[in-house]
Amino acid sequence: MKTLAELQALRDDMKAQVGVRREGQYRMRVVVGMATCGIAAGARPVLAACTEELEKRKLTDVIVAQTGCIGICQYEPVVEVFDADGSKTTYVHVTPDKVPKIFAQHIVNGSPVVEYTIGANAK
Amino acid sequence: MMQELSMNILDVAENSVRAGASLVEITVDRQPVNDLMTITISDNGCGMSPEQLKKVSDPFYTTRTTRSVGLGIPFFRMAAELTGGKLEISSTQGVGTLIKASFVLSSIDLMPLGNINETIFVLIHGNPDMDFVFTHRLGGSELVLDTRSFRRILGDIPLNDPKVSSFIREFLDENTRELLQAQ
Repeated sequence: MKTLAELQALRDDMKAQVGVRREGQYRMRVVVGMATCGIAAGARPVLAACTEELEKRKLTDVIVAQTGCIGICQYEPVVEVFDADGSKTTYVHVTPDKVPKIFAQHIVNGSPVVEYTIGANAK
Repeated sequence: MMQELSMNILDVAENSVRAGASLVEITVDRQPVNDLMTITISDNGCGMSPEQLKKVSDPFYTTRTTRSVGLGIPFFRMAAELTGGKLEISSTQGVGTLIKASFVLSSIDLMPLGNINETIFVLIHGNPDMDFVFTHRLGGSELVLDTRSFRRILGDIPLNDPKVSSFIREFLDENTRELLQAQ
């Protein structure tokens, strides 16, 4: 059984590390649409996959957040990536298996995955 | 339509987020002896006016501005009623909202509960400044996750820190396994 004692140990471990992230210092923001339209289309496992990438790659300067209906329900699940300079990339029809590529190519290496963007998929 | 009840739960709990709640309590109570599952979602958000409360199960009513339909509550109500259960809502402006849905476990039309842990995980991770109390009861055993007790231990470390996220994921999955094995 997982207990709170383990959380205490984890916290002590983290406190001992230098360079703990402070609010508002995120290099990038990854936002997943989590309204009825998004959830029904499969946004929940997409958000979970994004957080798994954060954990796996130990990305402390990237935040994965959620938002409501973005207004393009037919393209859900939708993931928006906001770069440090404020530019936004909108990924559409995202599935958990597309997430690792978005993280490897865009979040880590700064080059958007063009074929997953709304521009490449708009009809 | 949602494929899992846990997706309905996520959808309805998102309303609590939008209502500005600081605390959301989600309980899944499965009692096979009584052939009954009860799901309750309560929050301390802004609540609804009596007029809103009357319209909330109408799919053509919504407070959002991007679309003129709101399917969250109607979907959840339908999922409960299909099994012979029901959905009740009570709400007071400035106090909060309570939604209680009951399901007949033996009904062939009962949607699977699905990945409830992922629902809870996504809610916590996506709303690190809110508190969630999740209770999963099965017969006489239960799992409780209360982010307030996590927060007391963590101090200024946020609940969406990757290492804390991993812990929450493992906490839910490991303790659920034990809950199911206890049966």
